[in-house]
Amino acid sequence: MSAILPLRVEEVSFSAGGRAIIERVSLELEAGLSTIILGANGAGKSVLMRLMHGLLQPTSGRVAWSGEGARRRQAMVFQRPVMLRRSAYANVVYALEVAGVPAAERKRLATAALEEVGLRQVAQRPARVLSGGEQQRLALARAWALHPEILFLDEPTANLDPGATREIETIIKAFDAAGTKIVMSTHSLGQARRLGDEVIFLHQGRVAERSPIGRFFPQPASPEAAAFVKGELPWA
Amino acid sequence: MGMILRVLLASLVCASAQAQTRFITVASTTSTEQSGLFKHLLPMFEQKTGIQVRVVALGTGQALDMGKRGDADVVFVHAKALEEKFVAEGFGVKRFEVMYNDFVLVGPRSDPAKVGGSKDIVAALQRIKAAQASFASRGDKSGTHFAELQLWKMAGIDIDKAKGPWYRDTGSGMGPTLNTAAGMNAYALADRGTWLSFKNRGELVISVEGDQRLFNQYGVILVNSAKHPHVKKDMGQAFVDWIVSPEGQAAIAAYKIGGEQLFFPNAKG
Amino acid sequence: MLDAVLSGLRLVATLDLRLWEIVGLSLAVSLSAVALATLLGLPLGAAIAVARFPGRQAVIVVLNALMGLPPVVVGLFIYLLLSRAGPLGELGLLFTPQAMVIAQTVLVLPIIAALARQSVEDAWREYEEQLRSLGADGWGGALTVLWDIRFSLLTAVLAGLGRASAEVGAVMIVGGNIDGVTRVMTTTIALETSKGDLPLALGLGIVLIAIVLALNAAAHMIKEAAQQRVR
Repeated sequence: MSAILPLRVEEVSFSAGGRAIIERVSLELEAGLSTIILGANGAGKSVLMRLMHGLLQPTSGRVAWSGEGARRRQAMVFQRPVMLRRSAYANVVYALEVAGVPAAERKRLATAALEEVGLRQVAQRPARVLSGGEQQRLALARAWALHPEILFLDEPTANLDPGATREIETIIKAFDAAGTKIVMSTHSLGQARRLGDEVIFLHQGRVAERSPIGRFFPQPASPEAAAFVKGELPWA
Repeated sequence: MGMILRVLLASLVCASAQAQTRFITVASTTSTEQSGLFKHLLPMFEQKTGIQVRVVALGTGQALDMGKRGDADVVFVHAKALEEKFVAEGFGVKRFEVMYNDFVLVGPRSDPAKVGGSKDIVAALQRIKAAQASFASRGDKSGTHFAELQLWKMAGIDIDKAKGPWYRDTGSGMGPTLNTAAGMNAYALADRGTWLSFKNRGELVISVEGDQRLFNQYGVILVNSAKHPHVKKDMGQAFVDWIVSPEGQAAIAAYKIGGEQLFFPNAKG
Repeated sequence: MLDAVLSGLRLVATLDLRLWEIVGLSLAVSLSAVALATLLGLPLGAAIAVARFPGRQAVIVVLNALMGLPPVVVGLFIYLLLSRAGPLGELGLLFTPQAMVIAQTVLVLPIIAALARQSVEDAWREYEEQLRSLGADGWGGALTVLWDIRFSLLTAVLAGLGRASAEVGAVMIVGGNIDGVTRVMTTTIALETSKGDLPLALGLGIVLIAIVLALNAAAHMIKEAAQQRVR
């Protein structure tokens, strides 16, 4: 099967309730680089990722993957993990079932995924009684089991404490090392620097800047991004 | 999902087919059933012929309607004019007279219209109208209801015009109408059978009885299989034959409540 | 009134076999109808909750309104269908327990479907994005949510059971209240009332309520036990 990346976003616009949220965004995402999407609240980060992942349909323009079967080769982790009322293990198996993985394979893949994120000990506990950090790790295990080509993450650690955040970042790096392209939005510039290779800066629904991480920090090229970074770090 | 539905429907139909132990459906009236006659009579028939009789008890109008639709094999009601029309229109094969019982006028012990002890129903009705005493009517196109309307006519009263707040049209069966009459201390026309087994009498007693015009004739009719081929012609005929036979007639006469005979067999021939 | 209750209960205690036959038939008819209505109604409700199609709001309004279908009207309608003079007369189902099950299923189906629709729709708001991300949209997603919220659907099923065991209009018309064949608790109570035997009717009424109460208690305990295991 051919790779689904690069992903081409072509003149994509999205409006809802009469308001334009994304305006004529064009970009190409390649395999290999970890892409961080930055922007103020309301800039359209979440909507852009949902458009790319296929949860929303563009009002105009199109989202074009390079290969067949893009549906099954992506995964997304949301700010708040949503688990079924089953055990942690069963939640991962469910994802494999939906993806059409044969029954014989599911046990092996699910167990390996839980091992990878360090949840083997709690595999049989009901998913909903796990802590916020553990549930987010479980969401990542669910994605891991699918071995996706691209992983979208929408502010995955926004609700977590620093310890849990570190654990999540470790797992994200593992995804990257295993070859999965990372596309992540975050409010934490530190996290962006730790995990990202490039930055896409969104301002009012448009791409204001796209730079490698070394270029963006400490001083972005575009005035909008510069103002944003200053606002986040008033002492910069 | 579709598979499950088909299996369910199939077993439903199968079960219904299997449930066809030999039986016939007889449409009769609520007053006949509530008198307890069927409980007494039918086991004898069943034992003799092995045919189970399933009685659906409704108002006379509804029972005849059931016959017209072919939902019953035999109709057994007490409204001669309607029965003859039923046969004339081709829904029934032939009408046989079976038995008669009588109606009684019940009313409150206080007897506001002063009709108690009389043997003249027509005069009594005239007095009730004059006194505007409360009267509960079935108003449900039943045999009893038709009999009541006939009696008003005989009394020279156009009840449609004459009715006022004193005349209560309950639109229900004999029991509920008696319940209403007991609750309102009203007069009502009832068949003796229902009255004898009615337990919620309140202040009601028999005010008028014994008038020839209060006699109530029952007829039995086999539903015409020419109109409804599925009608159980032979088993239905067996029932009709039995009920007019000396054996059936004797069984009818033997039925008593508190030592009193309710129905008087009068089949011809 | 207390006298009536006591003498009623006493009378009921002496009725033995015939009473339990009637109780047995009542339970068989109502439980079958509820089972059938649940089988059909839960997926129906879930489907409407998740699908988007023109006229969806109208469908929801109609479904909710059907919860208030008068039993006697349903009975009349089914009677006209099953009557020999009607389209399904060939089946010979009129005046059988099967007809009663059909009528009660029609009565109960909207209740279960409408309540399930509301519950699934509320839950779908939480689950939708994640399930669609995993590729479980449409039918698969709806059934997943339905199973996930199964404990809260029990109330809908019990509402259906309450309606079925309480109604008399439908079973009276399609069953015919035939002694020994289609006579159930509610039609017996109606019959005894119309015969003026109020103590007996009251006693039977209390028995009916007690049985429904017992069923609800049992369902509740089963639900609690099962829920403990999964949370």
